[in-house]
Amino acid sequence: MAVDHLALDVPEGRIYGFLGPNGSGKTTAIRMLCGLLEPSEGFATVLGRRVPDDAEGLRQHVGYMTQKFSLYQDLTVDENLRFVGRIYSLSSEQWHRRINLAREKYDLGAIGGQRAGTLSGGQKQRLALAAATLHKPDLLLLDEPTSAVDPETRRDFWDALYDLAADGTAILVSTHFMDEAERCHFLAVLDEGRKVADGTPEELKNEIDATVVSIEIEEFRRGHRILAETPGVVSIAQLGSLLRAHVEPGAGDPVDVVSRALLHAGIDARARAVEPTLEDVFMAVTR
Amino acid sequence: MQFLNRIFAIAAKEVVQLRRDRLTLGMVVGIPALQLVLFGYAINTDVRHLKAAVADQAGTRMSRELIAAVEASQVADIVATADTATELEAFLRQGRVSIGILIPHDYERRLASADRPTAQLLVDATDPTILATAQGLKALTVEDPLRGPPISTPPPTFEVRAYYNPERRSEVNIVPGLIGVILTLTMSLFTAVAVVRERESGTLEFLINTPVRRSELMIGKIIPYIVIGLLQVTIVLGLGVTLFRVPVRGSLVDLYLSSALFIAATLALGLLISTVAKSQFQSMQMIMFFFLPNILLSGFMFPFEGMPRAAQIIAEFLPLTHFVRMVRGIILRGADLAEVGHEAGPLLAFFAIVMTAAILRFQKRLD
Repeated sequence: MAVDHLALDVPEGRIYGFLGPNGSGKTTAIRMLCGLLEPSEGFATVLGRRVPDDAEGLRQHVGYMTQKFSLYQDLTVDENLRFVGRIYSLSSEQWHRRINLAREKYDLGAIGGQRAGTLSGGQKQRLALAAATLHKPDLLLLDEPTSAVDPETRRDFWDALYDLAADGTAILVSTHFMDEAERCHFLAVLDEGRKVADGTPEELKNEIDATVVSIEIEEFRRGHRILAETPGVVSIAQLGSLLRAHVEPGAGDPVDVVSRALLHAGIDARARAVEPTLEDVFMAVTR
Repeated sequence: MQFLNRIFAIAAKEVVQLRRDRLTLGMVVGIPALQLVLFGYAINTDVRHLKAAVADQAGTRMSRELIAAVEASQVADIVATADTATELEAFLRQGRVSIGILIPHDYERRLASADRPTAQLLVDATDPTILATAQGLKALTVEDPLRGPPISTPPPTFEVRAYYNPERRSEVNIVPGLIGVILTLTMSLFTAVAVVRERESGTLEFLINTPVRRSELMIGKIIPYIVIGLLQVTIVLGLGVTLFRVPVRGSLVDLYLSSALFIAATLALGLLISTVAKSQFQSMQMIMFFFLPNILLSGFMFPFEGMPRAAQIIAEFLPLTHFVRMVRGIILRGADLAEVGHEAGPLLAFFAIVMTAAILRFQKRLD
């Protein structure tokens, strides 16, 4: 089952992150919220409307930016925007005004005559966001919007999202990037179709049910193997030249647990307790 | 020998893929089978049972025997009666009959004098095959039991008057039908990829999230192609007139109206295919399955009358059959829309049913 009994509370004016590994059901969940996929049982309530039954009534109020660029590659930027304006039945003065606004806001003025297929990843993404918000939706669904762009473009994109949220739009964004998750007001961690944790990024980090120990070590592979078998260590991962171990509460002093186990095996290492990151939250809740 | 291994790897992969591709597999078997059956049934130059109307102005025993002899020949089936030559001509123009039999008032006297044909056959010669068949009736004789067999060789019983295409040029018959054949292929191809293409390129996911209704999407997709189709009509007709001197006897307005209806019906079929097919290639394959019976059974290639009953019944369900009849009537016989309008009904029904099916089949969902 791709998605199982999911409850999400996306308040208006806030960005709600949907964090999960590939295949955890993020895209499926978003598509179900739009009524694009029919659930095998049950329904969702989105903006007070039942989906999939009343999915059509929702269209005017929801914007959706797909994971894969889904505007017309053989139309120009302006032609795509005009098409979107017409399909949402905006009056001609409305769409003139909004398209001009979107051009300015998303920096599309200079490339208005360019075919969408020839745009760079960042330009496509700005065009897609402009198209998804042209009808001023109350709820904006973004499916891994920045997986194809560089970090700087990602930052600009998030500035645009904060602007939209400030205007009162509720935003649901799925991602598998920790730095992106970090920027959300609220987060839900999804694993195998189930919500395994939710809260603000700070809450999630504070509520983590383990102490995080960072270990400087030479023999990664052996250290990894030893710690994986050490009682009290619930998960272990390598981060560059460091190992990161989660030690469960009640196992004794966490740094001690790790150091002793490695010393016993004759491995030279320095361990210290560190602040948990979202990566740790993710490791902890999906283990 | 490595190259053999690699060739084998490719060939084996192709076989596995082919085995999983039902439609292509169907094409391997279906197209030749369809072709053979359709050609075998449709090609029949021994045309019989041509529809005929008779105007028996003499109304004598001898004239009735002549009519009976015509029917006994099985070349013509008398389906209507008329009083005058003008009425017979109207039947021909409407396409209700291919042959008009006119037996004049002085039939008996002509029989007696035996120096000129005694009756007339008015033949719709737009299809030269039909004219040739009608010629076979020319020398039909009725023996008079009171008089005995004729002593000298009498003149032929019938004088054949070829209507609409007296020079028996086959291109005159082919060009109007060709309009329909070309439209069938190009129009259905245009819309057969319409939905599949959006699905393949990913734009469908955006599109179905907008408030656009299914019917709006479908109608919006066919409108531009109706205009393109009418442009094609103009091109084929223009070339037909200038290169092959095809006479255009009916009104252009009637021609374009009936073409627009036929184009809409064909486009709707393409849309329906597009909602069924999973890829653009699959739509092309389905078009082939539809195109073959259309071209072979519609009466475009072989006279409708020469086909067996089963093939005729199938043909009645094909839009091209009705369009070929309409367009030949308008272009070659100068019929107006009222006279060939009875062929518009099936086209309209085809359009309505297929379009509705396409709209119902298309779901604003991805699963």
